[in-house]
Amino acid sequence: MSDHPSTYVPKTGIEKWLDSRLPIVRLAYDSFVDYPTPKNLNYWWTFGGILSVCLAVQIITGIILAMHYTPHIDYAFNSVERIMRDVNYGWLIRYVHANGASMFFFAVYVHMLRGLYYGSYKAPREVLWILGCIIFFLMIATAFMGYVLPWGQMSFHGAVVITNLIGSIPVIGTPILTWLQGGFAVDQATLNRFFSLHYLLPFVIAGVVILHIWALHVSGQNNPAGVEIKSKEDTVPFTPYATVKDGVAIIAFLFLFSVFVFFMPNSLGHADNYIQANPLVTPAHIVPEWYLLTFYAILRAIPDKFLGVVAMFGAIAVIFALPWLDTSKVKSMRYRPVMRWFFVIFVVVCLGLGWCGAQLPDAQVIPGFPSFNLIDGQLNSYLWLTRLFTLYYFAFFLFIMPWIGLKEDPLPVPASISEAVLAEHNKKKG
Amino acid sequence: MKSLKTIGLKTVGALIAATVMASAVPALAAGGAQHAHEPKEGFSFTGPFGTYDQAQLQRGYKVYREVCAACHSMNLLSFRNLGEKDGPFYDPKFKNPNDNPVVKQIASEFEVADIDSETGDAITRKATTSDRFPAPFPNTAAAAASNGGAVPPDLSVITKARHGGASYVYSLLTGYKAPPAGLKIAEGQHYNPYFPGDLTSAWSGDHKHVPAGGVLAMAPPLSAGQVTFDDGRESTLSHQAADVAAFLEWAGEPKATLRKKTGVAVLAYLLLFFGLTYASYRMVWRGKH
Amino acid sequence: MSEPENAAAAGHDDPSRRDFIYIAAGAAAVGTVGAIAVPLVAQMNPAADTLALASTEFDLTKVQEGQQVVIKWRGKPVFIRSRNATEIKAAEDTPLSELKDPQTDAERVKAGKEQWLILVGSCTHLGCVPTFGAGDYGGWFCPCHGSHYDTSGRIRKGPAPTNLVVPEYDFLTDTRVKIG
Repeated sequence: MSDHPSTYVPKTGIEKWLDSRLPIVRLAYDSFVDYPTPKNLNYWWTFGGILSVCLAVQIITGIILAMHYTPHIDYAFNSVERIMRDVNYGWLIRYVHANGASMFFFAVYVHMLRGLYYGSYKAPREVLWILGCIIFFLMIATAFMGYVLPWGQMSFHGAVVITNLIGSIPVIGTPILTWLQGGFAVDQATLNRFFSLHYLLPFVIAGVVILHIWALHVSGQNNPAGVEIKSKEDTVPFTPYATVKDGVAIIAFLFLFSVFVFFMPNSLGHADNYIQANPLVTPAHIVPEWYLLTFYAILRAIPDKFLGVVAMFGAIAVIFALPWLDTSKVKSMRYRPVMRWFFVIFVVVCLGLGWCGAQLPDAQVIPGFPSFNLIDGQLNSYLWLTRLFTLYYFAFFLFIMPWIGLKEDPLPVPASISEAVLAEHNKKKG
Repeated sequence: MKSLKTIGLKTVGALIAATVMASAVPALAAGGAQHAHEPKEGFSFTGPFGTYDQAQLQRGYKVYREVCAACHSMNLLSFRNLGEKDGPFYDPKFKNPNDNPVVKQIASEFEVADIDSETGDAITRKATTSDRFPAPFPNTAAAAASNGGAVPPDLSVITKARHGGASYVYSLLTGYKAPPAGLKIAEGQHYNPYFPGDLTSAWSGDHKHVPAGGVLAMAPPLSAGQVTFDDGRESTLSHQAADVAAFLEWAGEPKATLRKKTGVAVLAYLLLFFGLTYASYRMVWRGKH
Repeated sequence: MSEPENAAAAGHDDPSRRDFIYIAAGAAAVGTVGAIAVPLVAQMNPAADTLALASTEFDLTKVQEGQQVVIKWRGKPVFIRSRNATEIKAAEDTPLSELKDPQTDAERVKAGKEQWLILVGSCTHLGCVPTFGAGDYGGWFCPCHGSHYDTSGRIRKGPAPTNLVVPEYDFLTDTRVKIG
């Protein structure tokens, strides 16, 4: 998979026989055993391994759930509750799957922010980054359709809101919406096809993950210093060094995962989703799952319906373009004293958008604080706070990234990974 | 000890993230209703080690049976569930709840619709342990017609379907009070400060001080002495409400005790596993940092 | 076969003719893919039973003055609201200049039946069901993204672009309507 020459030596006769016919053991050995890994990778780099675990967990639990689930508007809700009550260990498998989605997104956000901070999207890793963005987009689609399946109130009305986004496209929107829903409203046809696609998409994700890992092994891993591998001194073999470190992180992650599954399994969901879907009544507060709130807030920030949808998809699309928006020659923000602070603000803004997405737009941010009406809403409202954050979100990618990259004086970058490791070692001692 | 420090930071980070994720949800619930609270004596099932109090579940079942069941269905529950592990009438002597005489007795008190297998006629017969709880109304239209247009919600998962869970059920049942002056309540409606709603349109006073809560079609269902507890517990409104709330909590999440017990074992195992892996990590990386 | 054609077979054929064959074969391949795609894409559209939507009749005596009844029509809620005099007056007196999607109240009800307002109860923003009697204009309030509708179902404030849709309906008698 990489430029690195293969060091696999088949030992037994069977291995030799297989190796000359299908060198799959060689591929696995070169990719996951002997693969040279930068020796300065920190724990933020373990989230790739964590995400593989998440995908496997979701696929396995999902296949099992599909054995017991009924994709019919009259039975879906009850079949999920039957899984919880009557199927052996059904409660465990369903709670793992439901909370697993949240864990998956938590890990993917950390993984993406790590890539952003250490410049992992920069040449020669643009394709690697874009494949990651595709995975993220597929994850959103999969999670959204999966959330519809229990056919609770939030499932139903979430599906109504999101499919209606398509309807906002001028002229062709309504026919596409009808085509997508398979009717004139979200109904049996919609649920049935969402089930089919929710089953399919994880395997598409798995396929893109293979491409993502392939691209990773062609370009080699980035690292906290942001300098490329220069010599053997810079690396350690993937096994056992990276595997054991990933293992430590994965177990810590499973611990957090288990806390949610066993002790607060419904804390990340909405109570309304335990009410069977009723097309005639919308829940008082309709909000998506926490991991989509940031994008949902951007949707609501724009007063025009169609432009709101454009902004929401734009917020994801802009991530794809990141490799060409960053003009800096230095990868790692460790050596970018100015950009680092804009990054911190960016993380706060994303969390802030998530917070705003869960509030009513008209509600006051600081209760009782004097305010005045600005254009179409009170200044002291989540509407305007969301708009402020949205502005920063886009400015970060479209303006700050290109501009700071040209203007900033980066700190001296170490000549090699081993030099960076040595410097850190000395700093700690001294 | 760089790695330990990193792990420490990561754990703190994860915990903060978890707190933010968890706290973001209740914030949505603040829809103008008064905050739900537990009964004074608390609930036995809260917290990571909380379990159901079987005596309380039995009393709660009685309240449900004698009061709630007149209007509210419980479609997801079968009689056998009452005799399952951690259930109100579980008896270790009868691992199979279908053999449990108490459960059999309870089931036989109900009539369910069936088809005579020989003649094909619609008949009613005595319920068996595998039957579901029969619903009080044949369909939602009938339920609405008998209740002034409001359909009494199914209670199977009510504690999971309401913000505040069992505390909400308890608060609602004990929280009925006379509407504040200036609040117009329509005929057949009842004011309750814990019921989520928006009273702005019915409130004649200052729009900045709309009273908390909402109106619902259910009249106060419980009152002191209404249900006689077999174990001699004083039949106050609070006791009845707490017991039925506990019963409904069990009905919504019958596997909660098993889940928590499994969780403790899983976390203990993971802790040990983590220690071993971390020690391996230290050994593997020795001299490489 | 004549001489020149034999030469062509040997690789010296007329280039334009050869291209034509290749392009035609390519076009046939595209046509095959397209033809296969038609049923695969079209199956997603509403099936025959979904399309066979009956109209629905409703007895207006079931609605008390000042209240609304929600019925289901084509999978969507329909509001049937009996407006009182103040609500009708408020709707009629609103100047068109205040409206985002200008429409008079008269355009939204049947002449002589101003009391009855019949609307598709699906917010024109993203399809949630607006709440009766709430919001700043006494009509409806959409809980999803905060759109306020007045007592004629017209959008007054919030993100919804247009007024609530008036479905096709007819009065069969004074107390009976047929929707659809």
